[in-house]
Amino acid sequence: MIAFLIKRTANAAFVMLAVALLAFVIFRFFGDPVEMMVNEQATLQDRIELRERLGLNDGFVTQYTRFVTNAVQGDFGISYRNQQDVMVLIKERFPATFELVLVATVISLVVGIPAGVITAVYRDSGLANTLQLGSIIGVSLPSFVVGILLILAFSVSLGWLPAFGRGETVDIGWWSTGLLTPSGRAALVLPAISLSTFQVTLVMRLVRAEMLETLRADYIKFARARGVPTRRVQWRHALRNCLMPVITLTGMQIGNLIAFALVTETVFQWPGMGMLFIQAVTFVDLPVMAAYLLIVSLIFVVLNTLVDITYAWVDPRLRDDSARGNG
Amino acid sequence: MDKPLPLNPTPALQRPSRLTRLRESDLWFSFCAHPSAIFAAALLALVALTAFLAPWITPQNPYDLAALELWNSEIPPIWEADGQWPYLLGTDTQGRDILSAVLYGSRISLIIGFASVMLALAVGLALGLVAGYFGGWIDNVIMRVGDVLLSMPFILIAILITAIASASLPTGLKDVLAAPILIFAIAVPSWVQYARTVRASAMVEAKKEYVQAAKLIRVKAWRVMLHHILPNCLTPILVAATLNFGLAILSEATLSFLGVGMPPDQPSLGTLIRIGNQYLFSGLWWIVVFPSIQLCLIVLSVNMIGDWLRDALNPKLR
Repeated sequence: MIAFLIKRTANAAFVMLAVALLAFVIFRFFGDPVEMMVNEQATLQDRIELRERLGLNDGFVTQYTRFVTNAVQGDFGISYRNQQDVMVLIKERFPATFELVLVATVISLVVGIPAGVITAVYRDSGLANTLQLGSIIGVSLPSFVVGILLILAFSVSLGWLPAFGRGETVDIGWWSTGLLTPSGRAALVLPAISLSTFQVTLVMRLVRAEMLETLRADYIKFARARGVPTRRVQWRHALRNCLMPVITLTGMQIGNLIAFALVTETVFQWPGMGMLFIQAVTFVDLPVMAAYLLIVSLIFVVLNTLVDITYAWVDPRLRDDSARGNG
Repeated sequence: MDKPLPLNPTPALQRPSRLTRLRESDLWFSFCAHPSAIFAAALLALVALTAFLAPWITPQNPYDLAALELWNSEIPPIWEADGQWPYLLGTDTQGRDILSAVLYGSRISLIIGFASVMLALAVGLALGLVAGYFGGWIDNVIMRVGDVLLSMPFILIAILITAIASASLPTGLKDVLAAPILIFAIAVPSWVQYARTVRASAMVEAKKEYVQAAKLIRVKAWRVMLHHILPNCLTPILVAATLNFGLAILSEATLSFLGVGMPPDQPSLGTLIRIGNQYLFSGLWWIVVFPSIQLCLIVLSVNMIGDWLRDALNPKLR
């Protein structure tokens, strides 16, 4: 187990170093950092000095090492666009994205799991077929289209919910939350629904497939034979055994949701990390782009590694893929 | 669809014609037994046909600025009170016919989606075959690159590529190259899936006797890979490619919607939605709704075909 742990962690570290290399190349070679930082009046002398001070004359490896060392300490440099510390900018925006992703995940589980069970248990019933059709439509609807249609329906026509912004927020330490005020909660509804549509269908399809398999198992037949009510067998005995893959999927998808939140955030003018990134893309604000890439990939890689390690911990067969595996 | 058949059909037998073979295949039978697959195929055929015939069937060329008349702007769809012939789905703020724009836009979306799948397929199959057949360090390098690509969210890679490309190109060239850049940006994160699938089969096949025999009589490596190994792993690839076609169209639309895709003077469906999004609050709902519906119909039909294909080609479900 320890060997597996070390191997998996080393693998994750390698991937992160590669992503960091990519971020570094983007940061360093697309656009000259000096030109981005100085103003028009700067003399040649100023530029040369700045170049020296930033260490841009050092060798590639030295610069890359410095970039990684700084990034590990949370130092991603200064934004070209508004001259602020990139980490401060991201820290400001992170809570908005996190709350959006959190609520979307909760929605996906609360809607997706029951829908999956229903489609598996009442196969070929009207309700199940409708849900199945809904799921394939859900996969095919781009999240920004869902967002736009929700705005058209609930903000423009009905005027029930706000179409943009985060509403009022409350600061708890450096964390600003919108969950504690009525306007904050109202503002969260539409973005969270539009972000969760794809995820709902994923969860639903997974639960359905797992349930279909589980319902054929012997212990289910035995429970029925023992006289346990059908409903209890389906929703307790069977469903419980389907939840592990759902938890895995949810964990692995959080990274994707954070990335996809940038689309939702653009539609709803949601002041999160994704909006920050899209604005950075428009202004070619390379430090912000590099930092966002690194942070999102880090979350992605850490979650995947945790999932793998948990699996290996639960199931010892997965620990060793070289000695016993191979076919 | 006919698949490349395995080598050497018995020469003594008369080979039935392609059409007969198709009509008698399991796949065709399954297709006829699934109304949803027929519906999806018909829908996709209709969309593709109208998109490619757009220059001949639409009332105006939405790219031709001379054809736009400002007094024809903001006309609602024909069934609304102020609707006007021939603007079936209304016009936008510059007098552009929405139906024409949607059909022209579908053409761009379909072409970019298709081309990026083809590019990813070509790269993924080639790298996967090489990695699985030769193994060793080359396998290691290819698969590690794939690991790194898969450790970043798909959409993020595509955005970074388009953003960097458009930042480093001069203004004039940027719009001309918008479509190739998008094709490339969507293909980069998606080849890994094909490569992994093919690599797995190539590794298994490479150990088999017929490959050893082929090597022994000095058949060239590329010939073994293309003619012997590749045909054996086409089924899962076909399913993945179909589903990825839907994903590619969605990705293109998302990038264009975010403003890093097709420019407004050659709009794809995503660009049209981006433009229409600005008029969301001014009551001009048709500018954004119709491109959205078209996009959803295209992706929906592709996904339905992909789902059916996956089940039909899965031997476990037969």
